[in-house]
Amino acid sequence: MSTRLATGGRLIDRTRPLGFSFDGARLRGYAGDTLASALLANDRMLVGRSFKYHRPRGILASGAEEPNALLGLGTGARFEPNVRATQQPLFEGATATSQNAWPSLAFDIGILNDLAARLLPAGFYYKTFIHPRPFWKHLFEPVIRRAAGLGRAPREADADRYEQLYAFADVLVAGGGVAGIAAALAAAATGARVILAEQTAHWGGRAPVDGDRIDGQAAAEWVAAALARLGAMPNVTLLPRTMVAGVYDHGYVLAEETLADDPAPGHARRRLWRIRARRIIAATGAIERPLAFAGNDRPGVMLASAVRDYVVNWAVSPGDRTVIVTNNDDAYRTALALLDAGLAVPAILDARPEATGALPAALRARGVRVEAGRAVARVLGRGRVRAVQTCLQAGEGAVIDEIPCEAVAMSGGWSPVVHLWSHCGGKLRWDEGRAMFAPDPARPPTGADGAAMVIAAGAASGALHATDCLRDGHEAGRRAAAEGGSMPPEAASPAEAPHAEAPAEAPLMPVWRMPQGAGVRLAAKMWLDFQNDVKVSDVELAAREGYQSVEHAKRYTTLGMATDQGKTSNINGLAVLAGAIDAPIPAVGTTTFRPPYTPVVIGTLAGEARGAVFQPLRRTPIHGWHEARGAHWEPVGQWRRPYCFPQGGESHADAVRREVLAVRNAVGLLDASTLGKILVKGPDAGRFLDMLYTGVMSTLPVGKCRYGLMCNENGFLSDDGVVARLSEDTFLCHTTSGGADRIHGWMEDWLQCEWWDWKVYTANLTEQYAQIAVVGPKARAVLEGLGGIDVSAEAFPFMAWVEGTLGGIPARIYRISFSGELSYEIAVPAARGLELWERLMDAAAPHGATPYGTEALHVLRAEKGFIMIGDETDGTVTPQDLNLGWAISKKKADYLGKRGQERSFLTHPDRWRLVGLETLDGSVLPDGAYAVAEGTNANGQRNTQGRVTSTYFSPTLGRGIAMGLIARGPERMGEVVGFPTLDGRVVQARICDPVFYDKAGEKQNV
Amino acid sequence: MRYSGLRVIAEALTGHKGWKPVWRDPAPQPDYDIVIVGGGGHGLATAYYLAKEFGQKRIAVLEKGWLGSGNVGRNTTIIRSNYLLDGNEPFYEFSLRLWEGLEQDFNYNAMVSQRGIINLIHTDAQRDAFTRRGNAMILNGADAELLDQAQVRAMYPFLNFDNARFPIKGALMQRRGGTVRHDAVAWGYARGADSRGVDLIQNCEVTGMRIAGGRILGLETTRGFIGARKVGVAVAGSSSRVMAHAGLRLPIESHALQAFVSEGLKPFIDGVMTFGAGHFYVSQSDKGGLVFGGDIDGYNSYAARGNLPVIEDVAEGGMALMPAIGRARLLRIWGGIMDMSMDGSPIIDRTPVEGLYFNGGWCYGGFKATPASGWCFAHLLARDEPHPTARAYRFDRFLRGLMIDEKGQGAQPNLH
Ligand SMILES: Cc1cc2nc3c(=O)[nH]c(=O)nc-3n(C[C@H](O)[C@H](O)[C@H](O)COP(=O)(O)OP(=O)(O)OC[C@H]3O[C@@H](n4cnc5c(N)ncnc54)[C@H](O)[C@@H]3O)c2cc1C
Repeated sequence: MSTRLATGGRLIDRTRPLGFSFDGARLRGYAGDTLASALLANDRMLVGRSFKYHRPRGILASGAEEPNALLGLGTGARFEPNVRATQQPLFEGATATSQNAWPSLAFDIGILNDLAARLLPAGFYYKTFIHPRPFWKHLFEPVIRRAAGLGRAPREADADRYEQLYAFADVLVAGGGVAGIAAALAAAATGARVILAEQTAHWGGRAPVDGDRIDGQAAAEWVAAALARLGAMPNVTLLPRTMVAGVYDHGYVLAEETLADDPAPGHARRRLWRIRARRIIAATGAIERPLAFAGNDRPGVMLASAVRDYVVNWAVSPGDRTVIVTNNDDAYRTALALLDAGLAVPAILDARPEATGALPAALRARGVRVEAGRAVARVLGRGRVRAVQTCLQAGEGAVIDEIPCEAVAMSGGWSPVVHLWSHCGGKLRWDEGRAMFAPDPARPPTGADGAAMVIAAGAASGALHATDCLRDGHEAGRRAAAEGGSMPPEAASPAEAPHAEAPAEAPLMPVWRMPQGAGVRLAAKMWLDFQNDVKVSDVELAAREGYQSVEHAKRYTTLGMATDQGKTSNINGLAVLAGAIDAPIPAVGTTTFRPPYTPVVIGTLAGEARGAVFQPLRRTPIHGWHEARGAHWEPVGQWRRPYCFPQGGESHADAVRREVLAVRNAVGLLDASTLGKILVKGPDAGRFLDMLYTGVMSTLPVGKCRYGLMCNENGFLSDDGVVARLSEDTFLCHTTSGGADRIHGWMEDWLQCEWWDWKVYTANLTEQYAQIAVVGPKARAVLEGLGGIDVSAEAFPFMAWVEGTLGGIPARIYRISFSGELSYEIAVPAARGLELWERLMDAAAPHGATPYGTEALHVLRAEKGFIMIGDETDGTVTPQDLNLGWAISKKKADYLGKRGQERSFLTHPDRWRLVGLETLDGSVLPDGAYAVAEGTNANGQRNTQGRVTSTYFSPTLGRGIAMGLIARGPERMGEVVGFPTLDGRVVQARICDPVFYDKAGEKQNV
Repeated sequence: MRYSGLRVIAEALTGHKGWKPVWRDPAPQPDYDIVIVGGGGHGLATAYYLAKEFGQKRIAVLEKGWLGSGNVGRNTTIIRSNYLLDGNEPFYEFSLRLWEGLEQDFNYNAMVSQRGIINLIHTDAQRDAFTRRGNAMILNGADAELLDQAQVRAMYPFLNFDNARFPIKGALMQRRGGTVRHDAVAWGYARGADSRGVDLIQNCEVTGMRIAGGRILGLETTRGFIGARKVGVAVAGSSSRVMAHAGLRLPIESHALQAFVSEGLKPFIDGVMTFGAGHFYVSQSDKGGLVFGGDIDGYNSYAARGNLPVIEDVAEGGMALMPAIGRARLLRIWGGIMDMSMDGSPIIDRTPVEGLYFNGGWCYGGFKATPASGWCFAHLLARDEPHPTARAYRFDRFLRGLMIDEKGQGAQPNLH
C-alpha cells in the first residue's frame, strides 16, 4: 500500500488540506501536493492504461518525463485531457478522471489486446489488413480508430483566458536547479538582465532532495538564500512554473507560464513568453533512465529518483518494502531516504560486479542487503508489485530468489536534458564513461552573430555531481554575461563558484537489458516506451526487419512518439538498437529533438486572438447604421459589407431587385468606404504609376480621374480602380476593397527593393476617409439638396473630381461610375462619414432614399459589362482577355506585366476571352459552370471551352445575364454553348455582347 | 517475402524470428543505367515503377540520409485531387487512382484512408469559386460535392459556425480524399523496388555531377563516383542545391513549412478539414493525434525548422475554427523544406544536360502526388517523352506563359 507518512514532506503544508476527486472517489491531499503525490498518498497505485495493450499502469516518475499518469482534469468548458499528474499541483476541488479505459480503470476490456500481444508486435499493421481492399475502410480502420487516442477531446469552447508577452534578456537561464541558480547569480552580479525560468513551482531542483550541502548549508537553505538575493535584484526576473518550450533562431525563446490552476473569473490561466535572449543557459537537469527488466511496467515500479522525491518532498511511502535495482551509486540515496523515513529496503540489486563506493558502504553499514552483480529476473504481481525474482545480471534469468515487496525503485543512469541545446542544431557527443549523450561544446547552436547562443550547464551538460554542477553553472553564468551583457564580468561577478559537499560516486555500468542474456520471452516483457507499449523485443524486431536507422526504428515501433516524447525511453531504445545491429551507440545516434520540450496548451499559443479578436472585423464609419437597418452582411476581406437591406420580411433576392431598380430609376446610396485609397506622392509619382498601371497616369491632368489596371509580372490582371490626380506630384489610387493592403505592399515592394532611388512615398489612407456613392438619375438633385458644391454637368463633368464643402462637411467628390448611372463618390474625413450618410439619406428622401448593398452593386456593374476583380479574374486572366486593350498603353516602353503579356501563350488566338452569355430560356446560368466542347479528355470526360465568371438575374432586363470567358469568344457571337452543372443538367446559353444595358453609355453622361 | 495476416500469425508462434529485412543494404555498383537522386517518396516511387511498369534494369536510388528522411516523412499526409486548373487536375486525379490500388500493388499496408476532405466556405464569392472547382474536378473524372451549412454541422458540430469574421456557410467535399501513413509509403515503395533489384543506397550524398559534352556521365557522391546513363533528380527541398551541380538555376525557392501534432485524443475529427481563410487545416491520425498546419514560413531557408510567428498563426486559426481545442496540447512541431516554384506547380522534365532529368517544385503538396509523380517520372526516364497527365509540367512554361497558378498569386513562391 502506498500511503502518507506521519511526518516530513518538505513541500506539503499539512495545515492546508485539500479535497479532490479521482474517478468520482472523494480524496484528500495537502497544499503543495501534486496530483500524483496525492494519488499515491491515497494508495492509488493504478492510475492509467497504456495506449496499445491497455496494461495497468502506475506512476513511474515525479516530473515532466512521466509517461503513464495522464488524467483528464476538470469538467465541461474547463475539461483538459492528458494532464500529467506529476506536474499538476493539487488544488481544492480538482476533478480528475482516468483515461483510455472502458468500462472502468480497474476492468478495462482493452486488456484483450494484451492477451493478443504476440500477434500485435511493432508494425504488424503494415503487413496485414491489405486484402480485400474495402475491408480497410469499412472494417479495420473504424475498429482501429475507435481504439485510438488517450484522453477525450474537449468539446466545449475553452472558458479560460491566455495572455502573451514579449521580453528581452541578456541571459536567459532555463532551469532553476542549483546549476541554474548559480548561473543566474553569476550573470546577474554583472548587472546583466537575467531571466530565470523554472518549470515547477519550486526552486533548487534535485539538490534539496539529494541531501547535499552547499557552502556549508543544507542545499534547501542555500537555495532559499540565493533566491532571496536574486529576487531583490532589479535586473533579475524570476519565473517559477515557467517551462521553456523551444529555442528558435537568433536566440528567440518560447516559454509557457502557468498562472493559475483554477483561475478566478477574468484572470488568465497561462501566459506565453516570447523572449529574445542574447545568451541562453540550458540548466535543464537530467532525467533518470528506467532499467529494462521483465515486468518493469507494473504499478509500483518507479524511478529511484521519483521514489526519493515522493518520500522527501511529499512524505509519501510507495509501500513498506521497496527493492532498489540499479547500475549506479545515485540510487543508493533513495535507499537512504527510505530508511530515514522508517521504511524497509529488503535489498539493493546492483547490476555492477561490485558495489564498493561510499554510498553502498553507507547502506551496508545500516544493515541493508546489497547484492552486486544482481538483476531483476521478473516482477511479480499484476495490478501492483507483489515481489521481485532476482537473477544474475550476467546470466539469462535463472531465478535465484524471490523478494516480497510493494515497490521497486530502479535506476539505469541519467540522461542530460539536451532539448534546448538541440532545437537549433547543437550537436551531442557520447560520453562513454557515464553512458549518455551530452552537449558537445565544440558544436553549439549559433546565433545571428555566428557565436554559440546556448550554453549547457549543470546536469544538462553532463555534469552529474553537485560540485561540478555548481561550478559549471557559475562559469556558464559568467560567460553568458560577458558575451551577452554590457558589463565586463570581472566588474562584480564573484570569481568563486559555490561549493557542494556530497559523497563521491563510483562509475556506473551501462545496462540496456536485464539480465544481459535474457531471451525473447523476457525481452517481450521489458518495456522501453511505457505509454506506447514498445518493448525491447519490438526494437529488436525492427532491427531484424532492416529498420536500422534510429529514425526508421522509432517510426516503425513508435518508440518515443508518445506524449512524453521519449524522455525515459529514447536512450534505452537506441542502445537496444545498437546492440541488435552490433553498432556503437554514437554511430546509431539520437532522433531529432523538436520543440516543445513538454506539450504546450494550444490556448497559450493563440493568446487573446480568439473569438471576435481573431483577425478583428473592420468596420466603416457607417457600419452601425447598416446594422441598425437590418443589413444582411457579407464578409469582404476583413470588412463586412451590407449585401442588401431587406425590408419587412423581404427575401434577399427581392431586396436586391428593389435596390437595383431604385438605382436605375431614382437614386441609391452605397457605403463605398472599404475601397482602397492609397496616396502616392513625390516627384517620381507619375513615373512610378506609369510602371504600375498598364495605362498612362503621368499625363492625367490635375482635377481628373482615370481608370487603371494593375498586372503582376506575369501579365495577369491583379487589381483595378480609379486614379485621381490631386496635385502635380500627388495621386490617389483607388483599389478594390479586398486589395488595398496587398496593393500597398506591392507598391512598397517595388519602391523598396527595385526602384529604391525613385522619389515616391505611399500612404494607405483607406480608413481615413468615409466614401459614399450617390448613384442614379436623381443623384445630382440629392447633392444639390446639400449644397455647397456646384455639381452641374458643365462645372463637374464625368471623370473629374472637385473639392469643397458639401452641406458644411469638407468633401472631395469624384464623378465616376461603376453602374452606368450618373454617379458621385463623396469622400469625407472618416469621423464625418456617418453624418454625411444621414444627411444624404435625408436629402434623398423625396426620391425613395434607398441604401443598397454589394449584390446590387454587382448586378449593376454586370448589366453594364464591367469586370470585377475576383470574378472575371483569378490570376490567370490578362486585360486583353477581358477586352480591356483600350486601358493598355501601346506607347509606353514598359509597365509591370508587359513582357509577360508578350509570351506566346498569352497572345495565342485560342485564349478564353470575355463575352456576355444569355440562356435560351432567360434563366440564370449556374455559377462556376464550364462550357463543354467536342471530344473527351484523358479521363474520358468532356473537353472544355470556357466558363461562367459572373451570373445574375437582371431586374432591369427581367432575365438572367452572365459574363464568361470562352475560347475565341468575341469571334463567336451568337453561337450557343452548353454548360453542365453539378446536378447533372446542361444549360444552353448564347454568346453575346457583355454590355447588356445602355450600350451607348448615355445614362452616365447627363 | 509476402505480407498477410496469416503470415503474422505464423510468425507469432515462433517469436517473430522469421521476418526478413525489408530491403538490402547494397554497396554501390560502379555504374547503372538509371540513377535516381533522392530516396524520398518520389524517388522511390520512380524506381519502383521503372522496374515494375517500364521494364528497366540496373537502377539505383541514392539517398543522402536514411530512406524517407525528407518531406515524405514530415508531411501532414493529405491526399486529394481537388485541383482547379487543366495542367494539374488530370495528374492529381491519376495519382488518387494509383493510391486507390497502391497497397495491393506493393503488398504493404500504407493505410490509405479515404475519409473525405472538406474545404470550408464562408462567403458567396467562395461558394462560386468552389462550385467552379467542383465542376473542374468532375470534368476531370474526380468526385466533388457542395455541402451546405447543415451538412457540415452534421459532420462536425463543434466547429465555430458563427465566427464573426468567417461564418461557415458550407463546404466543397471530396469523399475520395483522405490521408495515408506517410512513412509506410516510402517503405512500401522501397521494399517493392528492392525486391525488383533496385539498389537502395543510403548515406550516399550526391556532391557533384560529371558532365562532358553536354551529357551526364555520372555522379560524385560521398561513397565515390557512380556512373549513370541517365540521372533523375527528385530531391524536393534540396532541388536548387543539387541542380546547381549541373550549373542550372531553377525557378524554385526553398521555404520551411511546419507541421504540428497534438497529444493523442479520442477520435472526433473523421476526415480532413481545410480552413483556408484562417490559414489552417487539420485531420486526426489513426493514433489520435490532431495533425495540422498552416502557411509556410515567409523567408527563404534550408534549415528544416520553422519559427514562432507561423506557430502562433496556426494556433489562432485552429482555435477560431474549433474553440474547444484551446485545452488540447501541442506535442511536437517540425519543419520540412519546400521546393516552392514560381507558379506553385511542379516540374517533371528534361534539362539542357542530356541524360539529366528533373522532378521537383512540389511546394507543400507533393505527398499526394507521390504515385503519379513516380509513374510519370519513370515514363519520362524510360521513354523520353512525358506522360499524358504530366505534359504541362515543363520548365519552359514560364518562358511561354503557360504557368499553372492555382492561387493566381503570380511569381511569388512564398505566397503559393
Ligand atoms: C510540414 C509539411 C506538410 C506537408 N503536407 C502535405 C500534405 O498534407 N499533402 C501533400 O500532398 N503534401 C504535403 N507536403 C509536401 C510533400 O511532403 C512533399 O512535396 C513531397 O514529399 C516531396 O517529394 P519527396 O517525397 O520525394 O521528397 P523528400 O522526401 O524530401 O525526398 C527528397 C530526398 O532527397 C534526398 N536528398 C537531398 N539532397 C540529396 C543529395 N545531394 N544526394 C542524395 N540525396 C539527397 C533527401 O535526403 C530526401 O530524402 C508537406 C510537406 C511538409 C514539409
